[in-house]
Amino acid sequence: MIEKPTLLSKSFRFITIAMLITWLILPLIPLAIWSFAKGWFFPLILPKYWSLSAWNYALSDTAGVLESLWLTIFISATATILSIIIGVPAGRALGMYKFKGKEYVELLILAPTIVPGIAVVLGIHSVFLSIGLTNTIPGVILVHLIPTLPYMVLVMAGIFSNFDPDFEAQARSLGASPFKTFYYITLPSILPGIIVGGLFAFLVSWSQYILTLMIGGGRVLTLPLLLFSFATSGRNDITGAIGMIYILPGIIILILTARHLSGRSAVGGFGRI
Amino acid sequence: MTHVSIKNLTKVYPGSTVPSLDNLSLEIASGSLTALLGPSGCGKTTTMKMIAGLLDQTSGDVTFDNISILSEKPENRGVVMVFQNHLLFPYMNVQDNIGFGLKMRNIDKDEIYNRVIEMLELVKLPNMENRMPKELSGGQQQRVALARALIVQPKVLLLDEPLSNLDAHLRFEMRDLIRNLQQSMGITTIFVTHDQEEAVVLADQVALILDGKLKQYDKPDIFYKKPIDVVTAQFFGGQNFINGVSKNDYFTSSIGKFSLPKKCLQGNSILTFRPENVQIGIGSKNINTIKAKIVEKIFLGTQTRLKLSINNEIIQVIANPNEVDDTETGIEIDINVPPSSLWVVPNID
Repeated sequence: MIEKPTLLSKSFRFITIAMLITWLILPLIPLAIWSFAKGWFFPLILPKYWSLSAWNYALSDTAGVLESLWLTIFISATATILSIIIGVPAGRALGMYKFKGKEYVELLILAPTIVPGIAVVLGIHSVFLSIGLTNTIPGVILVHLIPTLPYMVLVMAGIFSNFDPDFEAQARSLGASPFKTFYYITLPSILPGIIVGGLFAFLVSWSQYILTLMIGGGRVLTLPLLLFSFATSGRNDITGAIGMIYILPGIIILILTARHLSGRSAVGGFGRI
Repeated sequence: MTHVSIKNLTKVYPGSTVPSLDNLSLEIASGSLTALLGPSGCGKTTTMKMIAGLLDQTSGDVTFDNISILSEKPENRGVVMVFQNHLLFPYMNVQDNIGFGLKMRNIDKDEIYNRVIEMLELVKLPNMENRMPKELSGGQQQRVALARALIVQPKVLLLDEPLSNLDAHLRFEMRDLIRNLQQSMGITTIFVTHDQEEAVVLADQVALILDGKLKQYDKPDIFYKKPIDVVTAQFFGGQNFINGVSKNDYFTSSIGKFSLPKKCLQGNSILTFRPENVQIGIGSKNINTIKAKIVEKIFLGTQTRLKLSINNEIIQVIANPNEVDDTETGIEIDINVPPSSLWVVPNID
């Protein structure tokens, strides 16, 4: 039975949407204005002059923003693909099989979302130093897996706990090899989860600051690092422009995958977090 | 046509000491329809999955025409299993579902299409090729699942509870469909069921499995006429069990002396006869006639159920309502059990 929305639930929904806008969209507006502003001082509500100079600078070759953008895309995309490759079988094991100490494994996988990255990265740094992974792109990609994997694994565990392995048995029985079974039967069933988990992984990797700074040693210059250095140097207009570039992938991905996000199967994973 | 032999097949699941299937041996004739019957958890689905290669056996062997298949991968065994809940691939339409097995065998698209259409005719679902599984009723889904299995022309077809999810009127339709297709294509078919009625209406041979062990393997009617023991008789609805002694084709008990058919078990034993085989009001001149008092009478529409008492023994009778119209609780009537309806099973105690 579907209940009719009462006045209370209607006003509750309104408040929720209002809060979402206040916290998520409003803070971006000054940033957007800053990127086109020239001389914007208290108590002016809007800048005195408008200018494209910050954008001109941000998109020029000398600023290194574009170079940093491609690097960040490469690192996040690679970290996402690795997360999928590891997260799908791990999620399957957690979602479908019972084994001894399963709850501890789950806790261990969840740990990076609870323990601050900086606490972990100091230890990892010394390990990476000894095997020559510090200050390298592969090192940064590897360390990004620490925060991305929990999301991927937990989403996939949720998906697999709703997946009936008899579908695979049925396909095998009808003459499909294990590979064809995965391709034709398993993959279409878990694809929404891979997309949602991958989206999370990409955005989590995209926003890493501390881990990139520590392992990359400032030589692997991703967008958040670049953004931070401009923000601390007081160039609000350039910070605004880079900030706009920085949030762009998140918005694009969100629009492209909104369809999958609304699917029931995809949301299945969150019941477990 | 494939002759299937199951030899001492045993399955012990890890972490368990009791075998789920204990030393099962069955010879299944080529082209026959065989039921594995038993309550849930008796090991019948385990058996099917081992034949299909979806589960490893602990020991024993399965051969098709005297060649062991246990080393073959599931996709190469020539066995197709149809699961109880049909398992139609939800994001494929009927055509892609039925054609799946042929696609896996790299058969040309046009030929797949033609054979799917042909198959849909056979299972009486013409023009359904573009429907999605969720748009089909349970019975239609079942027929699509059957078509999907038959289209690859398996050597052996395995069906898990093929009639259990269907309404009464659909059951007979499905039963006829399965039998006709199985007979015309000559596919050796094994199905599992917990419902003795389903086993009886569909199968040539029934294997009753209780607690992982084979109890009896016979034609369906034998389970009613000559059950191997009390448990088997009870599984098929037997209710009358009288302790006594069988000697020289006579059975002596507290409710009287009965003439037995030839070659019955001798000695201390249990006499059994089916509630529906008791005749009423034939007269006391016939052999095996005794007097009994009606304790309870329940009218069930097409039949009347009587509970009778003889010397403190209770026996159950199912009678034609017309025969017992003029009787009522408390009166004494003559009942007659012909020797051909009697059977003696061992007394285990």
